[in-house]
Amino acid sequence: MIDREQVLHVARLARLELSEDEVGRMTTELSKILDHIEKIGELDLEGVPPTSHVVEVTGALRADVPRPSLPREVAFENAPDIADDGFRVPSPQAHA
Amino acid sequence: MTQVRDLTAAQAADAVRDGKLSATELFDAYRDAAAADELNAYLYVAEEPNVSGGDLHGVPLAVKDLFCTKGVISQSGSKILEGYKPPYTATVVENLEKAGAPLLGKTNQDEFAMGSSNENSAFGPVQNPWDRERVPGGSSGGSAAAVAAGTAPWALGTDTGGSIRQPAAMCGIVGLKPTYGAVSRFGMIAFASSLDQAGPLTRDVTDAALLLGHMVSKDPCDATSIGRPDEIALPRSHKLDGIRLGRPDDLSTEGVEPGVMEAYERTLKLAEDLGATIETCHLPHADHGISAYYVIAPAEASSNLARFDGVRYGLRSNGGDLLSMYTHTRHDGFGAEVKRRIMLGTYALSSGYYDAYYGRAQRVRTLIATDFKQAFENVDFVVTPTAPTTAFKIGELADDPLAMYLNDYFTVPMSLAGIPAISIPNGLSDGRPTGFQLAGPAFSESRILDAAYALEQAIGFDGSETRK
Repeated sequence: MIDREQVLHVARLARLELSEDEVGRMTTELSKILDHIEKIGELDLEGVPPTSHVVEVTGALRADVPRPSLPREVAFENAPDIADDGFRVPSPQAHA
Repeated sequence: MTQVRDLTAAQAADAVRDGKLSATELFDAYRDAAAADELNAYLYVAEEPNVSGGDLHGVPLAVKDLFCTKGVISQSGSKILEGYKPPYTATVVENLEKAGAPLLGKTNQDEFAMGSSNENSAFGPVQNPWDRERVPGGSSGGSAAAVAAGTAPWALGTDTGGSIRQPAAMCGIVGLKPTYGAVSRFGMIAFASSLDQAGPLTRDVTDAALLLGHMVSKDPCDATSIGRPDEIALPRSHKLDGIRLGRPDDLSTEGVEPGVMEAYERTLKLAEDLGATIETCHLPHADHGISAYYVIAPAEASSNLARFDGVRYGLRSNGGDLLSMYTHTRHDGFGAEVKRRIMLGTYALSSGYYDAYYGRAQRVRTLIATDFKQAFENVDFVVTPTAPTTAFKIGELADDPLAMYLNDYFTVPMSLAGIPAISIPNGLSDGRPTGFQLAGPAFSESRILDAAYALEQAIGFDGSETRK
């Protein structure tokens, strides 16, 4: 189960604005999905190590040698807004 | 010669090599067919071939939208990347271009590969060529529909929990998910990094082997790529002598369409006629695959999709201050399913819930991988139906996300274990294609392809009906 307050909290963590309608639907749908997922709570997992990578790979390191990176002007090609050789964003503080 | 587009990809490559067909004629035939596509399978069609020659002799390739292709739209089916043209090309696409497969077009998909029906694309649903009122499956739905409709000789897709195999099954074609790490993920717009793998969608098993052979590489830009298996042999075997097929007794067949089960049983009998033995095998934790997957995949997605913030590329919606710009951009740019998974993943990783969800799911993943390892001590392959049902109607499951997720029931366990699996056409149920899935141990692709080829010859599925 997940309630409306939790949905709003998680949306804040995810930097996601949700409409009133979306909050309602999310509460119902996520609760149903979480009920299903909670079946894994029934398993005895004592002593079972977690898997974060399925295929055993060791020493996957490359030589620490500098290589050319994406040229600045290419990196800017898709940017919504640039200024002074950087990505321009709105101020962190709202203007009056 | 018959119609150019009647040839399989391997036959077309041979015809060009032998001078019976020009690569230009071949490309033009597919370019015209792709441009005239009525299924909404394509989001972009190339004008001219960008490469020629090589081992693949100019046989054109349809590529799922989420692969970055330099200077060509790569949107991962999302409004947040609408019109995005990346500055580089994905390694696997580059490998195939070097081998002589020019880019034919970019195919429609569920947004960020999240979905089992292609209805989650920001650019509209794709129709199944077997029945235009039905979905092609997903998330590689455009790639599957294009190959089934004969508007592409073959296509690239990606599979995170079944996104190559399930649409292949629903469209009556072959789809292979390689071992995790076989193919570089560099340049694939990420969904769930510990699960995503690129693979071929093709008309037959031979084409899948030919394409996969040129996809595999160890890539300095993807530390998880391994460059194995070394060589993918073209399949030849017509027999299954001594092969042990494992039929899992722990996976529930409740909810499996009767026609899908009948086709599965029929093919097991065929396999016995070819010399195989059918043995019961145990995957005691596979039934929990969906639960573990729908924690792990959304958790990784919520992290991967944090990059879409309106700063460096893609959509920006302003809302006053910086924080509002982020939240408005993500509200306007992501579709309903993507928001649902970001929420699910963020919740599963949030303080106080991490151990109960993500931590547990990662442990269940270990159990499932161990189940397969133990099963493969007694059998060569695990075999299941690919998807529980044939293609459903567009809109039929749109309001029931959980029912949609259960479509991945038979494909998710292999994804969690990182092992290779193929879906081959397995006849029709009620006039619609069904799929037969074979899974083997890590890096057993050549053996899987061999067994799949023998079964393919015995099943004798005719997919020409939908190719016009």
